[in-house]
Amino acid sequence: MTDEKNHLSNKLGIWGWLGGGRYGLERYAYTLHRLTGLGLLLYFILHIFVTGSRLGGPESWSASMAVYETGLFKIGEFLVFVAFIYHGLNGIRLGLTELGFLMGKPERPLFPYRSSVMRQRPVLIVIMVLAVILILAGGLDFFVLTSH
Amino acid sequence: MSESHANAPQKVIFEVLRYIPGVDAKPRMQSYEVPAPKGLTVLDGLLWIKENLDPTLSWRSSCRMGVCGSCAMFINGLPRLACANQVAHLHSDKIIIKPLPNYAIIRDLVPDLEPFFAKHAAIKPFLIRKNIEELDNPTGEFFQSKEELVNYIQFAYCIKCGACLSACPTVATDDAYLGPQALAQAWRYIADARDEGAAEREEEIFSAHGAFRCHFAGACSEVCPKGVDPAFAIQLMKQFMFKKKLGGCKEQHGSELAPPVENWVPKKEYPKAPEHSL
Repeated sequence: MTDEKNHLSNKLGIWGWLGGGRYGLERYAYTLHRLTGLGLLLYFILHIFVTGSRLGGPESWSASMAVYETGLFKIGEFLVFVAFIYHGLNGIRLGLTELGFLMGKPERPLFPYRSSVMRQRPVLIVIMVLAVILILAGGLDFFVLTSH
Repeated sequence: MSESHANAPQKVIFEVLRYIPGVDAKPRMQSYEVPAPKGLTVLDGLLWIKENLDPTLSWRSSCRMGVCGSCAMFINGLPRLACANQVAHLHSDKIIIKPLPNYAIIRDLVPDLEPFFAKHAAIKPFLIRKNIEELDNPTGEFFQSKEELVNYIQFAYCIKCGACLSACPTVATDDAYLGPQALAQAWRYIADARDEGAAEREEEIFSAHGAFRCHFAGACSEVCPKGVDPAFAIQLMKQFMFKKKLGGCKEQHGSELAPPVENWVPKKEYPKAPEHSL
């Protein structure tokens, strides 16, 4: 697609979120943060509909609860839990960096350059490990301990 | 000889994106076989192609030493300077070269940088002082300490190659986003002790398409060939804004004029400057 100057568009669009190059961990953490954020937003909208079924009385509420305890919705509920854990923990990291923590101080750039992204990376890795542990523990609770 | 040089292939394939407006309906990839002696940069390879195989191949370049920022391209999966990357260091016998993503293509590897420079201009990339008279008719130099210099010098190394915007995922979906280059340059001036223009730049940098659109993907800092670290500058700018909103920032007062140097004795170890020839 060309513009009025006859230049060809080279905009990455959504592909720019998902890939588009051989970048570091933070760029993929960014994508996952946005996707989990959108997922949680979708969940909150559905949640309003679900809790709204209480307006129809106890029968309506029990009927909707019976639907949401089936296998597919159980997996969906677990995905909401996964998104919440990731989004929450990564959000703490982003909040700290936005407040100027974890990244050191400005310095003269000397080659080989070491950016603030590398200085905060250990925190990202710790947060990812913590997220995996919590998700595994949550999975155990969702599918093994409370499956009966 | 380093291991990477010892393993350098004798010949490499340059796979280059071609697009000639009016001729090509859509971009196509064209392959060229290029001899790769030790030390060959990607730019050297492109010049060899132009001189020996295909004079129609187009790109921008100038200084050949990583200073002018003209030759940024998308090389083997990352935005890089063609002049500052040796073929041997890419560890591949196929070099895939495309124009920088997120910019319109004028022809072949030539991106349209006009929107990029318009964003740079929008943040007023110059010292702003309340006393215009002193700027127009300077009577001295504005004072800055060594510590104050370190606050911004890293961000002043930007060569405007445009690599950061092509790596940024927010730029990929938001045309109006100022982008890491312009925002980092805004911070370069706000962090300068001589500047008094933070309030004038605020409307632009804290708009819906300003600093708070950055969610710290960090790709801009990763690909910056000069160590500018735009992502860091943007986070520092957000911190500045939070502090300001909470009343933790003093009003910006540009530094005073430095007193004239008196009784200066040249150091013996430094050679004397040559006399004026004109």
